[in-house]
Amino acid sequence: MTAYLVRRIATIVPTLVFASILIFALQQLLPGDPAMVLAGEERDPAVIAHLRETLHLDQPFPVRYLYWVRGVVHGDLGESLRMQQPVRTLIAEKLPVTLELACIAIVIALAIGIPAGVVSAVRRGSGWDYGANVVALWGLSTPNFWLGIMLILLFSVTLGWLPASGYVSPFDDWRANLAAMIMPAFVLGNAIAAVLMRHTRSAMLQVLSSDYVRTARAKGVRERDVILKHALRNALIPIITLGALEFGTLLSGAVLTEQVFTIPGFGKLIVDAVFNRDFAVVQGVVLFTATAYIVLNLVADILYAVANPRMRVG
Amino acid sequence: MAALAETPPIAAPATPAAARPHPLRRLLARPAAAAGIVVIAVFVAAAVFAPLIAPYDPIGTNFAAVRKAPSAAHWFGTDEIGRDVLSRVIFGARASLEAGVLSVLISLSIGVPAGLLAGYAGGKVDMLISRLTDALLACPFLILAIALAAFLGPSLANAMIAIGISATPVFVRLTRGTTLAVRSEDYVLAARAIGNPPWRIALLHVLPNIVPPLLVQATLAIAAAVIAEASLSFLGLGQQPPQPSWGSMLNTAKNYIDNAAWMAIWPGVSIFLLVLSFNLVGDGLRDALDPRHS
Repeated sequence: MTAYLVRRIATIVPTLVFASILIFALQQLLPGDPAMVLAGEERDPAVIAHLRETLHLDQPFPVRYLYWVRGVVHGDLGESLRMQQPVRTLIAEKLPVTLELACIAIVIALAIGIPAGVVSAVRRGSGWDYGANVVALWGLSTPNFWLGIMLILLFSVTLGWLPASGYVSPFDDWRANLAAMIMPAFVLGNAIAAVLMRHTRSAMLQVLSSDYVRTARAKGVRERDVILKHALRNALIPIITLGALEFGTLLSGAVLTEQVFTIPGFGKLIVDAVFNRDFAVVQGVVLFTATAYIVLNLVADILYAVANPRMRVG
Repeated sequence: MAALAETPPIAAPATPAAARPHPLRRLLARPAAAAGIVVIAVFVAAAVFAPLIAPYDPIGTNFAAVRKAPSAAHWFGTDEIGRDVLSRVIFGARASLEAGVLSVLISLSIGVPAGLLAGYAGGKVDMLISRLTDALLACPFLILAIALAAFLGPSLANAMIAIGISATPVFVRLTRGTTLAVRSEDYVLAARAIGNPPWRIALLHVLPNIVPPLLVQATLAIAAAVIAEASLSFLGLGQQPPQPSWGSMLNTAKNYIDNAAWMAIWPGVSIFLLVLSFNLVGDGLRDALDPRHS
């Protein structure tokens, strides 16, 4: 197991290196002199000179990259030109809001996706199966920002039950926090529920046709126990690890959802940075996201190996 | 972006092709896929003949008819500066279809040669291409597209490039995987034995055999690209005003949701129908091209 862990951790190093090169190279896409572009519309000569110096713009690309990586390794993701704050501080401020949104979204996705997948597999070919597949297709085809707008129309404008936008910290007022988060979390969880439902359905179908399920049935175990204790427990292993890989969908979705519901999270940080032409923040956020995704992938793989020894071959 | 998930390689037909109906027939025999094709055809016709079909100029303002509810004169109502929503929805199909198809063509034109090269050449070339692909896959699809669009500058063309590049890794992986599966087949070994150069084997013997899974993936990728274009336009990084796009229409509409809900309903329904149709056709194609599902 230790050898597997070492080997698996070693494989993420080149991926991280290549990802950092690609993200740093984004700067090369800027038309013209990067210092002029990064300095914004004011074109303050002092800012331009400061940028040239801090970004080492007089040096060739590989040297600049190495300077940047050295900073990143020491936790320095650069500084926001607009907000005059380290990118690291901005991410640390906004991340908890998005993480809360993501956690509620995952709970909603699990609560919808797994039961729907189980019912769909157990009653294969029935109206339930058909209905669950229609719901999954709906989840995959609905743009989540539109779903958000439609929910605001229903629950905020028409019924007046929930606030249309804004964010309240759970430490200030947990009820208001929940009321503000439930719609965006549902919007975010909707697409993931569809993916989870499809995964659960196929994993359950595979498990339900296996020998040990047939044996359990032959022994006279109650059908309910066969499904929940024998089949679902085994089907859950790949579902949970595949669920971890939905992190990308979650973050991409959060960008749009936070925009619709005006939630001051990680997604809104990157969108605001794009419009303020605050490129250090854009690069920092993308690098952070990619690193988090690579690490989560690793954790999912390791969990899979822990749960299923046959996978340790790697 | 779930539609971008890789499709498993499709196995070679177990029965002779002549004994089985044509894949197109099998596709059309599936009601959901056939319905998808019809809806896509309607949107394509709307996009192509937009100037003939649209009742009004999509960017013509009319301050005497600001935020008017749907009526006989304006079936889908008007927006915040009196533009006809139906005309903008019809013209908006152009941006969505263009972005969907062109960005996937960009992904295919980079991803397929890179995947073929990686799968066929192997060794260090494969290692380099695979690591680059892993690195690109590590960045969530939309976040990478946003970052690329931000650095390239906001426009529909740049949004297509950003979406195309972000969707490329899936095609590299799929092409590489299927190439690896096909390269040890007898007919490829035979082609090599009679002295064909590697590029000829890759293009004439390997490529035609990996078309079915690529076709399925491309159809599903168009669905994802249509949503991605709408998302970028919603954020202000795609089609620029006053040119119509469904995403940017929704961005404006959300500010008037309490008194002009019709502005938000139709662009969203259009995105949903188009994306759903491509997903249905993609699923149908997978079943029609895969002998195990027939």
